[in-house]
Amino acid sequence: MTASTKKWWLWLVLALAFLVPLLRPVLPDLVSDYRLFLVSTMMIAAIAVLGLNLLTGFNGQISLGHGAFYAVGAYTAAVLMDHLNMPYWLTLPCAAVVCFMVGYLFGLPALKLEGHYLALATFALALAVPQILKYKWLEGLTGGVQGIVLNKPEVPFDLPLTEDQWLYYYILIVMVLLYWAAANMLNSRSGRAMMAIRDYTIAASTMGIDTSLYKTVTFGISAAYTGIAGALSASAIAFVAPDSFNIFLSIKFLIGLVVGGIGSLVGSVVGGIFYVLVDNSAQALSTFAKNDLGLQFDLSAYTVFGILLIVLMYLMPMGIVGGVYYLVQSLRGSLRGGRAAQQQAAQKQPAAR
Amino acid sequence: MKTNRRTFVGGLSAAAVLSGSRSAFAQKKYSDGATDKEIKIGHTNPYSGPASSYGVIGKCIEAYWKSVNDRGGINGRRINFITLDDGYNPSKTVECVRQLVEQDKVLCTFNTLGTPTNTAIHKYMNQKKVPMLFVATGASKWGKPKEFPWTMGYQPDYHTEAVIFAKHILANVKDPKIAVLMQNDDYGKDYWEGFREGLGKEAGRVVKHVTYEVTDPTVDSQTIQLKDSGANVFFNISIPKFAAQSMRKAADIGWKPAIYLNNVAAQVTTTMKPAGFENVQGVITAAWLKDPTDHQWDNDEEMKAWRDWMAKYMPGANLGDVNFNYACSVSCLMEQTLKKCGDELTHENLMKQAANHQKLRVPGLLPGITVSTSPTDFYPVQAVQLQRFKGESWELFGEIMHAESS
Repeated sequence: MTASTKKWWLWLVLALAFLVPLLRPVLPDLVSDYRLFLVSTMMIAAIAVLGLNLLTGFNGQISLGHGAFYAVGAYTAAVLMDHLNMPYWLTLPCAAVVCFMVGYLFGLPALKLEGHYLALATFALALAVPQILKYKWLEGLTGGVQGIVLNKPEVPFDLPLTEDQWLYYYILIVMVLLYWAAANMLNSRSGRAMMAIRDYTIAASTMGIDTSLYKTVTFGISAAYTGIAGALSASAIAFVAPDSFNIFLSIKFLIGLVVGGIGSLVGSVVGGIFYVLVDNSAQALSTFAKNDLGLQFDLSAYTVFGILLIVLMYLMPMGIVGGVYYLVQSLRGSLRGGRAAQQQAAQKQPAAR
Repeated sequence: MKTNRRTFVGGLSAAAVLSGSRSAFAQKKYSDGATDKEIKIGHTNPYSGPASSYGVIGKCIEAYWKSVNDRGGINGRRINFITLDDGYNPSKTVECVRQLVEQDKVLCTFNTLGTPTNTAIHKYMNQKKVPMLFVATGASKWGKPKEFPWTMGYQPDYHTEAVIFAKHILANVKDPKIAVLMQNDDYGKDYWEGFREGLGKEAGRVVKHVTYEVTDPTVDSQTIQLKDSGANVFFNISIPKFAAQSMRKAADIGWKPAIYLNNVAAQVTTTMKPAGFENVQGVITAAWLKDPTDHQWDNDEEMKAWRDWMAKYMPGANLGDVNFNYACSVSCLMEQTLKKCGDELTHENLMKQAANHQKLRVPGLLPGITVSTSPTDFYPVQAVQLQRFKGESWELFGEIMHAESS
């Protein structure tokens, strides 16, 4: 992250991300509203994975239940918009605060749990939240099983954009801000403390780091990130219902995290994009296999998805970002023709985390 | 005066069609999704996830369009049926349907499944003005032509059915004390609200109302609670597994109320047989489809044709699953609607034709039940008939009832 040589492509990606949607009037088929919407959902997933990465990748706490915070964020935004007519952009900080508190409070008892036990506790949270949303005393607020139907964000200031273009920019700006904040945080004393706890908790506490404070606050920040992603999704989908937040959602974030690269900010974005992309193309692939390749038996989309995951994990055990980094380094190494360069690559590997 | 003129114009155009003045009517008009060669139809269904047992409906509809194409298509056009898996997740449904409408550019969506999933795309489809036809849900909100002119339901809604039960109880049971078992979700609530509406001032007749979650292992304790209330009527709003459990338990503990069973669980092999035939004599339910597991339809021509079709296009499928019969009947209605559109395959005309069925007979429906729609009536099947369990099958009784609610 710190190497200045790496900065140029980050700026390039950012410039492309801002400029390409403006091509919509010129290339309506290529840059369609649907594709912009799809990229928007990718960015939302990326933010959620980023939140999970702060917790798991940089602080070493495993969560199988981030779908719960995503749901809390989405419902906070939806209830505020529906009952209080709050503008959609104002719901983001509210969702962040609510999710931070929920995450912080959940982090307190979770301190006593380590590793698999924490994973199980968070898993239970993810299972419970959709049921709680249906609870009859909350029904007046949450709409129960029927959910809440919302309006899509309108384009402000009479900008010459379509709804989907505006949504895209809105989410892109939020994502860039959150990414920047996370990168800065990780580069600070607090960030190093978080990572020290991940690497060796006892050593970290010996050096004077208040491990329990850092762990709970990290839990809160992580929940806030994922909650913001949930609030964004409420605006993008314009509907929330308990069925949207089933257990697969939490698993999906975890897959995005592992596939993108644990402990890599770029990896979170890649993971979010990857998940949405593969989830969609798995279905296309399975129909393709059935109709065009004349496969006799049904290959469900989930099977295709599973096969893709296994292949990927086999080829790139460090996640996509780790794999690409390794590839680039070994290519450079073979160009220079020295074994020394390869060693250097191997040394740099942990630095990418 | 007005009616006269309309009849007159209608007669004229009918005459024009009959006389074969092709030139005036051969103008081909297409919206996105229709060409001289093909018609694109979009569909979403939960092939994976918690509701994947409904996946068979999507598979069967797919097979139906294959058989239509084998027959030469509709007015010479092939049906290109695109079905996507939404896993019963509303956010995913929005993604899928936007793909169908904006990328694949379908003429319409058809029989998209699930109440929350359809709610998520309801507004979108009506903003895009793309027909959203014959949705697969029993909620009562799909037939509102004024607010949502592009959405149409299919089956009789749960609400209406429950009203009919309530009225029947009040008319036939002396001094009814009613106990209600309800699945705690949108489907259960729809029935429950309809039931209370049907009881009206007599809503106090319900002496006990208990719920269960679809994830519960049994409903034994609920059934005991219901018995203890001293009720003499049992309104059973549950899916087959729990319907069978509760009725068997009721018999085991010696509770013999008049049982009213919701249509959702009215299949012989999945509910009545496991409950024990001796325990369910006299149970009353409402029906609108022929139950393929009911022996009274063994020699029925429509059902024979259906079985032959199933053997050819869905080999190995469970013939006792009423979902297959459902899928074929709703697909048949879609086929008839597309046929009526002729060469004018536009969004507007498709909606116009969908809202213009007069007593259309669709195979699979009970004898005497037909499909009728109009620009103000977006509920295609609105009639049910009560039936009582006798021996090992259902016995229809009384009149076919047309629901006036909604």
